[in-house]
Amino acid sequence: MNTFTYYPGCTLRTKAKALDAYARASAEALGITLEEPADWQCCGGAYTTAKDEIATKLSAVRVLNSAKEAERPLITVCSACHNVIKQTNYDISHDEEIASKVNNYMQFDQPYNGETAVYHYLEMLRDVIGFDELKKKVVNPLKGKRIAAYYGCLLLRPSKALAMDDPENPTIIEDFIRAIGATPVIYAQRNECCGGYITLEDKAQASKRSSKIMESASDNGADMLITACPLCLYNLRKNSGSELPVYYFTELLAEALGVKEANNEQ
Amino acid sequence: MNNNLKEQVLRSSGVNVLKCMRCGKCSGTCPSYDEMEYHPHQFVYMVERGDIETLMKSESIYKCLTCFACVDRCPRNVEPAKVVEAVRLAAIRQQGNNHLLPTQIPEMLDEDLPQQAIVTAFRKYAK
Repeated sequence: MNTFTYYPGCTLRTKAKALDAYARASAEALGITLEEPADWQCCGGAYTTAKDEIATKLSAVRVLNSAKEAERPLITVCSACHNVIKQTNYDISHDEEIASKVNNYMQFDQPYNGETAVYHYLEMLRDVIGFDELKKKVVNPLKGKRIAAYYGCLLLRPSKALAMDDPENPTIIEDFIRAIGATPVIYAQRNECCGGYITLEDKAQASKRSSKIMESASDNGADMLITACPLCLYNLRKNSGSELPVYYFTELLAEALGVKEANNEQ
Repeated sequence: MNNNLKEQVLRSSGVNVLKCMRCGKCSGTCPSYDEMEYHPHQFVYMVERGDIETLMKSESIYKCLTCFACVDRCPRNVEPAKVVEAVRLAAIRQQGNNHLLPTQIPEMLDEDLPQQAIVTAFRKYAK
Protein backbone atom coordinates (compact mmCIF):
# COMPACT_ATOMS: atom_id res chain seq x y z
CA MET A 1 0.00 0.00 0.00
CA ASN A 2 2.93 2.29 0.61
CA THR A 3 4.69 1.62 -2.69
CA PHE A 4 3.93 3.89 -5.61
CA THR A 5 5.02 4.31 -9.20
CA TYR A 6 6.95 7.59 -9.33
CA TYR A 7 7.19 9.87 -12.35
CA PRO A 8 9.93 12.51 -12.00
CA GLY A 9 9.76 14.13 -15.47
CA CYS A 10 12.48 15.82 -17.51
CA THR A 11 13.19 18.89 -15.40
CA LEU A 12 13.64 16.94 -12.16
CA ARG A 13 16.53 15.22 -13.89
CA THR A 14 18.19 18.47 -14.86
CA LYS A 15 17.43 21.95 -13.50
CA ALA A 16 15.14 20.84 -10.67
CA LYS A 17 17.23 18.11 -9.06
CA ALA A 18 16.50 19.57 -5.62
CA LEU A 19 12.75 19.10 -6.09
CA ASP A 20 13.37 15.42 -6.86
CA ALA A 21 16.09 14.66 -4.28
CA TYR A 22 14.12 16.15 -1.37
CA ALA A 23 10.94 14.41 -2.53
CA ARG A 24 12.69 11.03 -2.51
CA ALA A 25 14.46 11.61 0.82
CA SER A 26 11.25 12.76 2.49
CA ALA A 27 9.26 9.82 1.09
CA GLU A 28 11.83 7.45 2.54
CA ALA A 29 11.61 9.18 5.92
CA LEU A 30 7.82 8.79 5.77
CA GLY A 31 7.97 5.07 4.96
CA ILE A 32 6.87 5.51 1.34
CA THR A 33 8.62 3.61 -1.45
CA LEU A 34 8.76 5.37 -4.81
CA GLU A 35 9.47 3.12 -7.79
CA GLU A 36 10.50 4.84 -10.98
CA PRO A 37 9.57 3.00 -14.18
CA ALA A 38 12.59 2.35 -16.40
CA ASP A 39 11.15 3.72 -19.62
CA TRP A 40 9.24 6.92 -18.83
CA GLN A 41 9.27 9.76 -21.37
CA CYS A 42 8.92 13.54 -21.03
CA CYS A 43 5.24 14.50 -20.62
CA GLY A 44 5.62 17.41 -23.09
CA GLY A 45 5.14 20.11 -20.47
CA ALA A 46 1.69 21.22 -21.62
CA TYR A 47 -1.43 19.19 -22.28
CA THR A 48 -2.79 19.50 -25.80
CA THR A 49 -6.52 19.84 -25.24
CA ALA A 50 -7.42 19.34 -28.90
CA LYS A 51 -9.45 16.22 -29.57
CA ASP A 52 -7.57 15.51 -32.80
CA GLU A 53 -4.19 15.45 -31.03
CA ILE A 54 -3.30 11.87 -30.14
CA ALA A 55 0.50 11.53 -30.46
CA THR A 56 1.09 14.36 -27.99
CA LYS A 57 -0.92 12.48 -25.33
CA LEU A 58 0.96 9.18 -25.63
CA SER A 59 3.90 9.72 -23.28
CA ALA A 60 1.44 10.32 -20.43
CA VAL A 61 -0.58 7.27 -21.46
CA ARG A 62 2.57 5.11 -21.41
CA VAL A 63 3.42 5.95 -17.80
CA LEU A 64 -0.22 5.67 -16.73
CA ASN A 65 -0.38 2.20 -18.22
CA SER A 66 2.94 1.25 -16.71
CA ALA A 67 1.54 2.13 -13.25
CA LYS A 68 -1.60 0.15 -14.05
CA GLU A 69 0.45 -2.92 -14.96
CA ALA A 70 2.45 -2.55 -11.74
CA GLU A 71 -0.92 -2.28 -9.91
CA ARG A 72 0.16 0.88 -8.15
CA PRO A 73 -1.04 4.46 -7.97
CA LEU A 74 1.11 7.00 -9.78
CA ILE A 75 2.86 9.84 -7.92
CA THR A 76 3.97 13.06 -9.60
CA VAL A 77 5.81 16.05 -8.12
CA CYS A 78 6.23 18.62 -10.92
CA SER A 79 3.01 20.62 -11.40
CA ALA A 80 3.29 20.48 -15.19
CA CYS A 81 3.75 16.70 -15.34
CA HIS A 82 0.89 16.32 -12.91
CA ASN A 83 -1.36 18.51 -15.05
CA VAL A 84 -0.55 16.71 -18.30
CA ILE A 85 -0.97 13.25 -16.78
CA LYS A 86 -4.22 14.11 -14.97
CA GLN A 87 -5.77 15.73 -18.04
CA THR A 88 -4.74 12.78 -20.21
CA ASN A 89 -6.26 10.38 -17.70
CA TYR A 90 -9.44 12.44 -17.53
CA ASP A 91 -9.87 12.62 -21.30
CA ILE A 92 -9.13 8.95 -21.88
CA SER A 93 -11.79 8.13 -19.26
CA HIS A 94 -14.38 10.54 -20.66
CA ASP A 95 -13.81 10.63 -24.42
CA GLU A 96 -14.35 7.31 -26.18
CA GLU A 97 -12.86 8.51 -29.43
CA ILE A 98 -9.58 9.55 -27.78
CA ALA A 99 -9.48 6.26 -25.84
CA SER A 100 -10.12 4.23 -28.96
CA LYS A 101 -7.49 6.01 -31.07
CA VAL A 102 -4.89 5.80 -28.28
CA ASN A 103 -5.52 2.11 -27.71
CA ASN A 104 -5.57 1.35 -31.42
CA TYR A 105 -2.09 2.80 -31.65
CA MET A 106 -0.61 1.50 -28.40
CA GLN A 107 -1.82 -2.10 -28.60
CA PHE A 108 -1.26 -2.75 -24.88
CA ASP A 109 -2.01 -6.28 -23.64
CA GLN A 110 -5.17 -4.78 -22.15
CA PRO A 111 -6.62 -1.47 -23.35
CA TYR A 112 -5.94 1.51 -21.07
CA ASN A 113 -9.09 3.41 -20.12
CA GLY A 114 -8.04 5.63 -17.24
CA GLU A 115 -7.75 2.99 -14.48
CA THR A 116 -4.67 4.42 -12.74
CA ALA A 117 -5.11 6.63 -9.67
CA VAL A 118 -2.82 9.67 -9.95
CA TYR A 119 -1.70 11.58 -6.88
CA HIS A 120 0.39 14.68 -6.73
CA TYR A 121 2.98 14.34 -3.95
CA LEU A 122 0.99 16.88 -1.92
CA GLU A 123 -2.12 14.71 -2.29
CA MET A 124 -0.10 11.73 -1.12
CA LEU A 125 0.84 13.72 2.01
CA ARG A 126 -2.80 14.70 2.58
CA ASP A 127 -4.68 11.57 1.51
CA VAL A 128 -2.28 8.67 2.07
CA ILE A 129 -0.19 9.80 5.05
CA GLY A 130 -2.48 12.52 6.42
CA PHE A 131 -1.29 15.96 7.57
CA ASP A 132 -1.88 15.02 11.23
CA GLU A 133 0.45 12.03 10.86
CA LEU A 134 2.97 14.14 8.97
CA LYS A 135 2.97 16.62 11.83
CA LYS A 136 3.90 13.82 14.25
CA LYS A 137 6.94 12.94 12.11
CA VAL A 138 8.28 16.47 11.99
CA VAL A 139 11.51 16.68 14.03
CA ASN A 140 12.45 20.23 13.07
CA PRO A 141 9.27 22.35 12.97
CA LEU A 142 9.69 25.53 10.92
CA LYS A 143 8.36 27.71 13.73
CA GLY A 144 7.84 31.39 13.14
CA LYS A 145 8.22 31.19 9.37
CA ARG A 146 5.50 32.95 7.40
CA ILE A 147 5.17 31.02 4.15
CA ALA A 148 3.13 31.91 1.09
CA ALA A 149 1.81 28.91 -0.85
CA TYR A 150 2.07 29.48 -4.57
CA TYR A 151 -0.33 27.17 -6.42
CA GLY A 152 -0.06 28.76 -9.84
CA CYS A 153 -2.35 27.29 -12.48
CA LEU A 154 -1.31 23.73 -13.13
CA LEU A 155 -2.10 22.08 -9.80
CA LEU A 156 -5.67 23.36 -9.74
CA ARG A 157 -7.01 23.83 -13.26
CA PRO A 158 -8.98 22.66 -15.10
CA SER A 159 -10.56 21.66 -11.79
CA LYS A 160 -12.85 18.98 -13.21
CA ALA A 161 -9.76 17.03 -14.36
CA LEU A 162 -7.30 18.00 -11.64
CA ALA A 163 -9.76 17.68 -8.72
CA MET A 164 -7.05 18.38 -6.16
CA ASP A 165 -8.76 21.14 -4.23
CA ASP A 166 -11.19 24.05 -4.48
CA PRO A 167 -9.67 25.93 -7.47
CA GLU A 168 -10.46 29.38 -6.05
CA ASN A 169 -9.96 28.76 -2.35
CA PRO A 170 -7.46 25.91 -2.05
CA THR A 171 -6.10 24.80 1.34
CA ILE A 172 -3.81 21.83 0.63
CA ILE A 173 -0.50 23.76 0.62
CA GLU A 174 -1.56 25.92 3.59
CA ASP A 175 -2.40 22.72 5.51
CA PHE A 176 1.01 21.36 4.51
CA ILE A 177 2.66 24.54 5.81
CA ARG A 178 0.86 24.14 9.16
CA ALA A 179 1.88 20.48 9.34
CA ILE A 180 5.57 21.38 9.10
CA GLY A 181 5.13 23.91 11.90
CA ALA A 182 5.08 27.17 9.94
CA THR A 183 2.39 29.81 9.41
CA PRO A 184 0.63 30.08 6.02
CA VAL A 185 0.16 33.50 4.40
CA ILE A 186 -2.97 33.92 2.28
CA TYR A 187 -2.66 36.36 -0.64
CA ALA A 188 -4.77 37.16 -3.68
CA GLN A 189 -2.38 36.03 -6.43
CA ARG A 190 -1.66 32.53 -5.13
CA ASN A 191 -3.58 30.79 -7.93
CA GLU A 192 -2.77 33.16 -10.80
CA CYS A 193 -0.30 32.45 -13.61
CA CYS A 194 3.46 33.24 -13.30
CA GLY A 195 3.82 33.70 -17.06
CA GLY A 196 5.02 30.15 -17.69
CA TYR A 197 6.82 29.50 -20.97
CA ILE A 198 6.19 33.04 -22.29
CA THR A 199 9.54 33.84 -20.62
CA LEU A 200 11.18 32.44 -23.75
CA GLU A 201 9.85 35.09 -26.10
CA ASP A 202 8.38 37.83 -23.94
CA LYS A 203 10.40 38.51 -20.79
CA ALA A 204 8.37 41.67 -20.12
CA GLN A 205 5.15 39.71 -19.81
CA ALA A 206 6.75 37.05 -17.59
CA SER A 207 8.14 39.83 -15.46
CA LYS A 208 4.77 41.56 -15.19
CA ARG A 209 3.04 38.38 -14.09
CA SER A 210 5.65 37.13 -11.64
CA SER A 211 6.22 40.51 -10.00
CA LYS A 212 2.47 40.79 -9.31
CA ILE A 213 2.57 37.48 -7.48
CA MET A 214 5.65 38.37 -5.43
CA GLU A 215 4.25 41.79 -4.50
CA SER A 216 0.98 40.24 -3.41
CA ALA A 217 2.80 37.69 -1.20
CA SER A 218 5.18 40.28 0.16
CA ASP A 219 2.41 42.81 0.94
CA ASN A 220 0.71 40.15 3.03
CA GLY A 221 3.81 39.59 5.13
CA ALA A 222 5.35 36.45 3.65
CA ASP A 223 9.00 35.57 4.46
CA MET A 224 9.17 33.15 1.57
CA LEU A 225 7.17 31.42 -1.15
CA ILE A 226 6.90 27.71 -1.91
CA THR A 227 5.97 26.00 -5.15
CA ALA A 228 5.89 22.56 -6.79
CA CYS A 229 6.71 23.85 -10.27
CA PRO A 230 10.24 24.39 -11.71
CA LEU A 231 9.01 26.96 -14.22
CA CYS A 232 7.14 28.96 -11.55
CA LEU A 233 10.28 28.87 -9.40
CA TYR A 234 12.31 30.17 -12.35
CA ASN A 235 9.90 32.99 -13.21
CA LEU A 236 9.45 34.08 -9.60
CA ARG A 237 13.20 34.05 -8.93
CA LYS A 238 14.51 35.41 -12.22
CA ASN A 239 11.77 37.56 -13.72
CA SER A 240 9.99 39.17 -10.76
CA GLY A 241 12.73 41.53 -9.58
CA SER A 242 11.78 40.54 -6.01
CA GLU A 243 14.20 39.40 -3.33
CA LEU A 244 11.62 37.24 -1.57
CA PRO A 245 13.08 33.71 -1.41
CA VAL A 246 11.31 30.94 -3.38
CA TYR A 247 11.75 27.25 -2.55
CA TYR A 248 10.37 23.90 -3.61
CA PHE A 249 7.89 22.58 -1.04
CA THR A 250 9.92 19.34 -0.87
CA GLU A 251 12.97 21.22 0.41
CA LEU A 252 11.01 22.53 3.39
CA LEU A 253 9.49 19.10 3.93
CA ALA A 254 12.96 17.52 4.01
CA GLU A 255 14.13 20.21 6.43
CA ALA A 256 11.18 19.61 8.74
CA LEU A 257 11.72 15.85 8.63
CA GLY A 258 15.42 16.29 9.42
CA VAL A 259 16.66 14.73 6.17
CA LYS A 260 17.72 17.86 4.32
CA GLU A 261 21.42 17.97 5.13
CA ALA A 262 22.08 14.41 3.95
CA ASN A 263 20.46 15.24 0.63
CA ASN A 264 21.72 18.69 -0.19
CA GLU A 265 21.66 18.88 -3.93
CA GLN A 266 20.99 21.87 -6.09
CA MET B 1 -16.15 33.06 -44.03
CA ASN B 2 -14.47 29.68 -44.24
CA ASN B 3 -16.83 26.89 -43.20
CA ASN B 4 -14.22 24.14 -43.45
CA LEU B 5 -11.89 25.95 -41.07
CA LYS B 6 -14.75 26.72 -38.70
CA GLU B 7 -15.80 23.08 -38.63
CA GLN B 8 -12.22 21.99 -38.07
CA VAL B 9 -11.81 24.37 -35.11
CA LEU B 10 -15.14 23.33 -33.59
CA ARG B 11 -14.32 19.64 -33.97
CA SER B 12 -10.76 19.95 -32.74
CA SER B 13 -11.69 22.07 -29.68
CA GLY B 14 -14.88 20.20 -28.85
CA VAL B 15 -16.32 23.58 -27.80
CA ASN B 16 -19.92 24.64 -28.33
CA VAL B 17 -19.43 28.36 -28.98
CA LEU B 18 -23.21 28.94 -28.91
CA LYS B 19 -23.19 28.44 -25.13
CA CYS B 20 -21.34 31.76 -24.69
CA MET B 21 -23.49 34.52 -23.18
CA ARG B 22 -20.88 37.26 -23.79
CA CYS B 23 -20.25 38.08 -20.14
CA GLY B 24 -16.56 38.65 -20.81
CA LYS B 25 -15.41 36.95 -17.61
CA CYS B 26 -12.84 34.90 -19.57
CA SER B 27 -11.18 38.06 -20.86
CA GLY B 28 -11.52 39.78 -17.50
CA THR B 29 -9.52 37.02 -15.80
CA CYS B 30 -7.00 36.40 -18.62
CA PRO B 31 -3.39 37.10 -17.51
CA SER B 32 -2.48 37.93 -21.13
CA TYR B 33 -5.34 40.37 -21.72
CA ASP B 34 -3.07 43.40 -22.26
CA GLU B 35 -0.83 41.50 -24.66
CA MET B 36 -3.66 40.23 -26.88
CA GLU B 37 -5.08 41.88 -29.97
CA TYR B 38 -8.10 39.54 -29.78
CA HIS B 39 -9.22 38.45 -26.32
CA PRO B 40 -10.67 35.11 -25.22
CA HIS B 41 -14.34 36.17 -25.58
CA GLN B 42 -13.53 37.52 -29.05
CA PHE B 43 -12.02 34.16 -30.04
CA VAL B 44 -15.32 32.52 -29.10
CA TYR B 45 -17.55 34.82 -31.13
CA MET B 46 -15.17 35.15 -34.07
CA VAL B 47 -15.12 31.36 -34.35
CA GLU B 48 -18.92 31.40 -34.17
CA ARG B 49 -18.91 33.90 -37.07
CA GLY B 50 -16.42 31.75 -38.99
CA ASP B 51 -13.78 34.47 -38.95
CA ILE B 52 -10.94 32.04 -38.27
CA GLU B 53 -8.25 33.31 -40.63
CA THR B 54 -8.07 36.69 -38.88
CA LEU B 55 -7.34 34.89 -35.62
CA MET B 56 -4.82 32.55 -37.24
CA LYS B 57 -2.81 35.53 -38.46
CA SER B 58 -2.87 37.33 -35.11
CA GLU B 59 -0.04 37.11 -32.56
CA SER B 60 -2.79 36.62 -29.96
CA ILE B 61 -2.70 32.86 -30.53
CA TYR B 62 0.84 32.79 -29.09
CA LYS B 63 -0.06 34.86 -26.02
CA CYS B 64 -2.30 32.31 -24.31
CA LEU B 65 -0.40 30.91 -21.30
CA THR B 66 -2.62 27.81 -21.00
CA CYS B 67 -3.36 28.71 -17.38
CA PHE B 68 -6.99 27.53 -17.78
CA ALA B 69 -8.30 30.51 -15.77
CA CYS B 70 -10.88 31.19 -18.51
CA VAL B 71 -11.87 27.52 -18.54
CA ASP B 72 -12.50 27.28 -14.80
CA ARG B 73 -14.10 30.71 -14.38
CA CYS B 74 -16.56 30.60 -17.28
CA PRO B 75 -20.10 30.48 -15.87
CA ARG B 76 -21.29 28.61 -18.98
CA ASN B 77 -18.44 26.09 -19.23
CA VAL B 78 -17.53 27.26 -22.74
CA GLU B 79 -13.78 26.56 -22.26
CA PRO B 80 -12.32 29.41 -24.38
CA ALA B 81 -8.70 28.17 -24.01
CA LYS B 82 -9.64 25.13 -26.07
CA VAL B 83 -10.81 27.41 -28.89
CA VAL B 84 -7.55 29.37 -28.76
CA GLU B 85 -5.62 26.10 -28.91
CA ALA B 86 -7.60 24.78 -31.87
CA VAL B 87 -7.00 28.01 -33.82
CA ARG B 88 -3.30 27.97 -32.97
CA LEU B 89 -3.05 24.35 -34.09
CA ALA B 90 -4.75 25.22 -37.39
CA ALA B 91 -2.03 27.87 -37.86
CA ILE B 92 1.08 25.89 -36.85
CA ARG B 93 -0.05 22.80 -38.74
CA GLN B 94 0.42 24.80 -41.93
CA GLN B 95 3.61 23.84 -43.71
CA GLY B 96 6.48 26.12 -42.74
CA ASN B 97 4.42 27.98 -40.15
CA ASN B 98 6.11 26.89 -36.91
CA HIS B 99 6.29 29.79 -34.48
CA LEU B 100 9.45 28.50 -32.78
CA LEU B 101 12.46 26.83 -34.38
CA PRO B 102 15.16 24.75 -32.65
CA THR B 103 17.80 27.10 -34.08
CA GLN B 104 16.31 29.97 -32.01
CA ILE B 105 16.74 28.12 -28.71
CA PRO B 106 20.47 28.60 -27.94
CA GLU B 107 20.16 32.38 -27.71
CA MET B 108 17.16 32.04 -25.37
CA LEU B 109 18.97 29.84 -22.83
CA ASP B 110 20.34 30.88 -19.49
CA GLU B 111 21.87 28.65 -16.84
CA ASP B 112 18.67 28.35 -14.79
CA LEU B 113 16.04 28.00 -17.52
CA PRO B 114 14.17 24.75 -16.85
CA GLN B 115 13.77 22.22 -19.68
CA GLN B 116 10.06 22.40 -18.96
CA ALA B 117 9.94 25.89 -20.52
CA ILE B 118 11.46 24.66 -23.77
CA VAL B 119 9.38 21.51 -24.19
CA THR B 120 6.21 23.43 -23.35
CA ALA B 121 7.00 26.17 -25.85
CA PHE B 122 7.63 23.59 -28.58
CA ARG B 123 4.39 21.85 -27.81
CA LYS B 124 2.56 25.18 -28.07
CA TYR B 125 4.43 26.83 -30.91
CA ALA B 126 5.57 24.12 -33.32
CA LYS B 127 4.60 20.93 -35.11
